Amino acid sequence: MMLKIIYRNLVHKPLNALLSLALLTLSVAIISLLLVAGDQVSNKLDKDLEGVDMVVGAKGSPLQLVLSAVYHVDAPTGNISKKEAEKMARNPMVESAIPLAYGDSYKGYRILGTTPAYLDMYGGKLSTGKIFAAPLEVVAGSAVAKRAGLQEGSSFQSTHGEDSRGQVHEDGAYKVVGVLEPTGTVLDQLLLTPVESVWQIHDEAHHDEDSEKPGAPVAHADGNNHNDHDNEDTAHVAEDKQITAMLIKFRSPMGIMMLPRMINEQSTMQAAVPTLEINRLVNLMGIGISTLQGIALAIMLIAGLSVFVSLYNRLKERKYEHALMRSMGTSRWVIFLLLISEGLLLAIAGFLAGVALCRVGIVLLNKVSAADFHFRFSYGWVSEEWWLFGITLLIGIFASVIPAIKAYRLNIAKTLSDG
Amino acid sequence: MVSANQLTYQYAGGKSMAYPDIQANSGDSLLILGQSGCGKTTLLHMLGGLLRPAYGSVTIKDTNIATLSDKNLDRFRGQHIGFIFQKSHFVQSLTVKDNILLAPFLAKKVTDTKRMQSLANSLGIDHLLNKLPSQLSQGEQQRVSIARAIIHQPDLVLADEPTSSLDDVNTAMVAALLQQLCHENGAALIIVTHDVRLKNLIANQITLTP
Repeated sequence: MMLKIIYRNLVHKPLNALLSLALLTLSVAIISLLLVAGDQVSNKLDKDLEGVDMVVGAKGSPLQLVLSAVYHVDAPTGNISKKEAEKMARNPMVESAIPLAYGDSYKGYRILGTTPAYLDMYGGKLSTGKIFAAPLEVVAGSAVAKRAGLQEGSSFQSTHGEDSRGQVHEDGAYKVVGVLEPTGTVLDQLLLTPVESVWQIHDEAHHDEDSEKPGAPVAHADGNNHNDHDNEDTAHVAEDKQITAMLIKFRSPMGIMMLPRMINEQSTMQAAVPTLEINRLVNLMGIGISTLQGIALAIMLIAGLSVFVSLYNRLKERKYEHALMRSMGTSRWVIFLLLISEGLLLAIAGFLAGVALCRVGIVLLNKVSAADFHFRFSYGWVSEEWWLFGITLLIGIFASVIPAIKAYRLNIAKTLSDG
Repeated sequence: MVSANQLTYQYAGGKSMAYPDIQANSGDSLLILGQSGCGKTTLLHMLGGLLRPAYGSVTIKDTNIATLSDKNLDRFRGQHIGFIFQKSHFVQSLTVKDNILLAPFLAKKVTDTKRMQSLANSLGIDHLLNKLPSQLSQGEQQRVSIARAIIHQPDLVLADEPTSSLDDVNTAMVAALLQQLCHENGAALIIVTHDVRLKNLIANQITLTP
């Protein structure tokens, strides 16, 4: 019955309640979305960064190099000489160096030429099959296998470039020899193969044009500009094999102080420190995120104000029914709690609706991010949302506490004789 | 059953007012007449435990309500007293039915829907139960107030100007129903009013003089 009174009171003047509810919902949804997405983005950024102290690649934008070589979301900056990279990797400060070569994709998923060390770095474990050993053997990341419909034993032909509409390499089919378990890292989104596969595919692809041309992975922002590609290849005739980038792990922090500078000054290659670049990126995004958080908090305060105003305004017309309920045996405290409960109920409803709206937002976000970045946000509950719940409840309580105190202090005899 | 002895009320301005002793037995009706401003409502509120007297005692069913704590007084009032006010107050967002059932609920008594139905029948408001109070006429509202004041079987029903905003027909009807239902339910009925139309309808009378 008490719940019925609270509920009926809220819906009795639906417009008042609706305004408060809409404001609460909106603010909770924005904050919750920022929490959920922000949490997952920073988690993912950090997880993919593990074990990579430095990235070496062609000269260009260091951020682009990091995004392309570590996160596989941007086009590579170009190619580097395998020989030169290996020479650098022999530096005593380097603990491990993993070569990366790419340029092809399958259904939009990047085919990455590398060594088994790359899998170890991300803790990749095979769920079926074996690790690649020979050229054209492929180990598929869990997400790729699932969405591109690949399993152990299936074979496919790659597409030139990153674009799924690129030219198909008709000869030289890749064969899937293993599928990985999900790792929650970029590994899930990749097709892994020995570096030699990439060389071989491109050797064959250009066989007709120039049989002497050495294999070179293709690094283009756009897989379709084949004129550039051919020119570039011609320029590299008779050079050694090429790779796209190399991931370096140092023995000691000393390496990170000295090697990047050395490489940038003394070689044709570029060295980028991922943590620095990503910090720069996160700082840039951070301004936007904190602005949004500020806006959401402001909306939430206005929501609280709206709850307060609608309760307070109705208090005058409701004082008779409060006096009446008092005359019928209700104690002051019950009246007090009745009003607090109305604020709380609005807050809880607003929170639930906001969290639901946030999940709808994630669905929409996933449509974009899945297509562009092969990244899906999960709908999971973030522990910070408990804080958000607490704050929402507090706003509900604060908004109703003054009306509740007024109702608590109501002089029933005076109110009833005035009526 | 209900008795008030040597009641004195102290107003905020320092003026005090003494009232005559009052006695009413179960099933009896008592009319307290007086002009506006002679402290009728104050007397009623002291009898109902809404105001505390400066001096004197109100005893309802062997309980001196002056000795009860605020919280116990609230509960005692809910369980033993039914109120009818000049202007009918309702919880506006609840239906007539829920407003009537609110009385036993707030008094923490059993909610007896059957009893509510038979009360509504005898008051002629059974067709209004699912409406909101604001959709009812004054006479209908006052009959709903009677149902609400009596449904939880109180020992005392206090009515403050129950008929002053009603026409003659409705006044007679409300007065008759009030007396009849209180008598049937064994509740003492005390009406304070300046409405002289009630003079001929209720035999037991006290007149307050300022």
